[in-house]
Amino acid sequence: MSTIAAISTGLAAGGIGIVRISGENALNVADSIFKTVQGIELKKLSGYRAAFGKVFSDGKPIDEAVALVFRAPKSYTGEDVVEISCHGGLYITKQVLRAALKNGAIPAEPGEFTKRAFLNGKTDLTKAEAVMGIISAHGKEAGEAAFSALEGALYKEIHKITDVLLKINAALAAWVDYPDDDIEDLTDESISNAVTSSKASLKELLNRFDAGQAITEGTETAIVGRPNVGKSTLMNMLTGTEKSIVTSVAGTTRDIVEETVTIGNVTLRLADTAGLRETDDAVESIGVERAKKKIAAAKLIIAVFDSSCELSDEDREIFDLCSDKNRLAVINKTDLEPKIDEDEIKRNFENVVYISAKENSGLDSLREKIEKILGTADFDTTAALLMNERQLSCCEKAYSALCEAEDAVNTGVTRDAIQVCIDSAIENLMILTGEKATESVVNEIFSQFCVGK
Amino acid sequence: MEYFAKEYDVAVIGAGHAGIEAGLASARLGSKTIVFTINLDWIGNMPCNPSIGGTSKGHLVREIDALGGEMGKAADKNEIQSRMLNRGKGPAVHSLRAQIDRREYSKYMKHVLELQENLDVKQAEIVDLARGKDGLWRLKTRLEAIYSAKCVVLATGTFLGGRVYIGDVSYESGPDGMFPANELSKALYNMKIPLRRFKTGTPSRVNRRSVDFSVLEKQEGDETTTPFSFDTDTPPVNKAACYIAYTNDETKKVILDNIQYSPLYSGKIHGVGPRYCPSFEDKIMHFPDKKRHQLFVEPCGLDTEELYLQGMSSSLPEAVQLKFLRTIKGLEHVEVMRTAYAIEYDCVDPLALKPSLEFLDLDGLFGAGQFNGSSGYEEAAAQGLIAGINAARKAQGKEPFILDRASSYIGTLIDDLVTKGCSDPYRMMTSRSEYRLLLRQDNADMRLTPLGYEIGLVSEEKYQRLLKKQEMIKEERKRIEDTSIPLTDELQQMLVSRGTSPLPRGVKEVELLKRPQITYDDLTPFDVNRPDIPREIFEQVEIELKYEGYIVRQTAQINEMRRLEVKVIPPETDYNKIDGLRLEAREKLSEIRPMNVGQASRISGVSPADISVLLIYLAKEGK
Repeated sequence: MSTIAAISTGLAAGGIGIVRISGENALNVADSIFKTVQGIELKKLSGYRAAFGKVFSDGKPIDEAVALVFRAPKSYTGEDVVEISCHGGLYITKQVLRAALKNGAIPAEPGEFTKRAFLNGKTDLTKAEAVMGIISAHGKEAGEAAFSALEGALYKEIHKITDVLLKINAALAAWVDYPDDDIEDLTDESISNAVTSSKASLKELLNRFDAGQAITEGTETAIVGRPNVGKSTLMNMLTGTEKSIVTSVAGTTRDIVEETVTIGNVTLRLADTAGLRETDDAVESIGVERAKKKIAAAKLIIAVFDSSCELSDEDREIFDLCSDKNRLAVINKTDLEPKIDEDEIKRNFENVVYISAKENSGLDSLREKIEKILGTADFDTTAALLMNERQLSCCEKAYSALCEAEDAVNTGVTRDAIQVCIDSAIENLMILTGEKATESVVNEIFSQFCVGK
Repeated sequence: MEYFAKEYDVAVIGAGHAGIEAGLASARLGSKTIVFTINLDWIGNMPCNPSIGGTSKGHLVREIDALGGEMGKAADKNEIQSRMLNRGKGPAVHSLRAQIDRREYSKYMKHVLELQENLDVKQAEIVDLARGKDGLWRLKTRLEAIYSAKCVVLATGTFLGGRVYIGDVSYESGPDGMFPANELSKALYNMKIPLRRFKTGTPSRVNRRSVDFSVLEKQEGDETTTPFSFDTDTPPVNKAACYIAYTNDETKKVILDNIQYSPLYSGKIHGVGPRYCPSFEDKIMHFPDKKRHQLFVEPCGLDTEELYLQGMSSSLPEAVQLKFLRTIKGLEHVEVMRTAYAIEYDCVDPLALKPSLEFLDLDGLFGAGQFNGSSGYEEAAAQGLIAGINAARKAQGKEPFILDRASSYIGTLIDDLVTKGCSDPYRMMTSRSEYRLLLRQDNADMRLTPLGYEIGLVSEEKYQRLLKKQEMIKEERKRIEDTSIPLTDELQQMLVSRGTSPLPRGVKEVELLKRPQITYDDLTPFDVNRPDIPREIFEQVEIELKYEGYIVRQTAQINEMRRLEVKVIPPETDYNKIDGLRLEAREKLSEIRPMNVGQASRISGVSPADISVLLIYLAKEGK
């Protein structure tokens, strides 16, 4: 495989930046840009040895640095690895990387070190996914959640569930395969207890997924409302008062402005449809269409209403549009005389927040409500957490197999069918932890790791 | 004086349950075949339990029959008691089991072999086996006759290097006091075949006159019996009963006081025994808290007083055996006719075999039955059938016939053996099949008879009968979809009495049959135009209906599984040249050499990561 290099510390100003080079040719690449003080080549060093020296670019020294040598397979990726720790801040670190790329390395794709570690059997699937989680982690909490999965909290939790199911299936198997032996008869109750408790554990994992996603991935949030209720004011309030804006991308294909903002422990990916602001009759329908799409894709809806106006039909249309979503009503302009029918809003929204953009008030209660709705308020970052859609889908399949098993017990279907449902739940959980290969898992890995390029 | 005797397409060594099916299948497929046995009087012997079938083994027998094998027919002709096990536990695990008159069974099988066209059967011990320069196998008998064959099937059972243990007495022997085959092991060692020692055991046989049946529980056969073979028209008749007895504290005490005399516990036996049918002393030692153990007293035949004591296998000294047997209520005065023994034998590590049961490295050499590390007559027969088919096909220059896991218990059994291997004698179990809701004993014919027909082992007549059956199932399904059951008080009463809800209005019959609690029989009074067709047709329709959801789901799983199964790995693949495979995976893959990625994914020690590496490699190579 080719030799890859990348800056493996964050792209922020800091004391030390590390450039990691991995692959068959890693030592050669490093030797061509790094000269040790003693004049010994790095390729002469055994694994886990460090050397002090200088990094050169086009024959000129650019920084003093420490090179750390790892020999295959005892490295993170399982290949030969050199890590060069330089202390020149972002600019110098980039120079070092550029030197490595000029001398035979190619830039690593996101997650490619982890991909190689996984393909070389240095890490299992859940761990690999946790590392991918860290790479893209936004806030502090996200980092912790990724670490606990890395520590195997998810692995442990899944194993706890499969153990219960395997036990009941072993009992069923013995009961079926040794009909003449005096094996204690399994009661329907013991089967349904095992199924019910496993179901509950899975449900909890599934429920935590959205909260976990809100923390690690951010939550797609749509701010909706008819024109001039203060959507953009709210957006400005959120992005303006909080300093932790990560990206600000103007949509290119659609007229949507997206902002990433951290509020409390949640990252929101805010979207505001430009179309809704233009209430020209001709484009009215397009605007509504866009809002609908945005709402459908969002995991959280913040609906903004103007307290100084009475509710209009457009407002009421919003009630319907987000009726099956996580949603929050924000009543704006509380500094003006209220004319709005608050009771009608409260009948449609469990959570209502009052803000005044002008007085810059109400942000704290907005944060509290958001954390409450997304379930992140008292989110335990050390507990087992499903990291991605693949794990979620395995869990969902296992859960639905257990629902079928429960159903079968309740309707009096024979136990051969019950056992097969439990089998299927176990199988899906084993696919989750990477203990069983199916083509779908493998395909998933391919797409996630961009293998085959 | 050495002489050249004859040339064959296929030679089968051994005429037990594996050897019989191998020989018959090969001859029936048109290959000139010979079957060698050490003792012609015991073809198809049952040196252990006098019964055929049981959980999952009953499935195997029906599958063998569906493919054109003999075991099911032989069992039907010679059975003396028939029971369908696991009734009420669901159709997937219904399993047929029959007590067999073992001497009659053996006589029947001998005659079938004798009558078979293209087949010779010969009493001879094979003492040497090697491949000649012309590519033909040379077999040498003890009497110095040389036979040659294109393909050879090893079906040596417990004869190969057999050694019997009873307490501190031990001697070289085959089963039931027959000669062992010691010379052949050496020839196999010379070919670098990875042989190892397994062990099995059998309980005592006692005289019926010495048993007090008045204190034992009687176990009768089913009122309505079911045959094994899809060709048997008349249901078998129950002619004998079994009995159940129990051990007690006294029995346990005798074992504990004498365990030091067991060759297993004193370390004399090195062979690995089956976890799934432990000796009685094993049960006592492993489950010390169990108050009592069950034993079944089974007749060995109609014209013998010998009884088999299922569950009491032992290798303790004869004196100790007699002592513990006589502690059992009903056996206080028991007279033992044959003493229980353990037998150790040579067998191969089945990882050395392909899914066709041919050796990976020895062209034209096949293994079947206990030689491959399995245990049980049915497991043996199933492998014998496949090995025989493939030996004949190889001799005829045809592609191997391979059943995958989703097709049958036979396929599951062989895949388990050649992919996962076994560390103790392998016994089939329903839980080993992940597709068991589809692989039922009742539909073995629909699953396999078309395949048997395609390769020429199933007769035109049997195949046509299957087509007709399938047509009838389709028609009956359509009929109940069209038949309305009117709402009457009687119907409502029946529904309520079965614990299911009454109807708001009349419905189609099909809707009622979907309810788990309602059977065809329940609907007889309300279904006035029911046609007069065989019971099995109704049975199939009912199973299909009640388990439709599950069947659809399993079918989807099978499709998913088969997607990896069709990704073929070229046999010449050098795993040491594939970057990224872990060392363990590299070793396992090089040893087992799977046919496809599906098989590779089931090898223990090969992780999903290894599989993705393998897929990348195959994609890169354009395979």
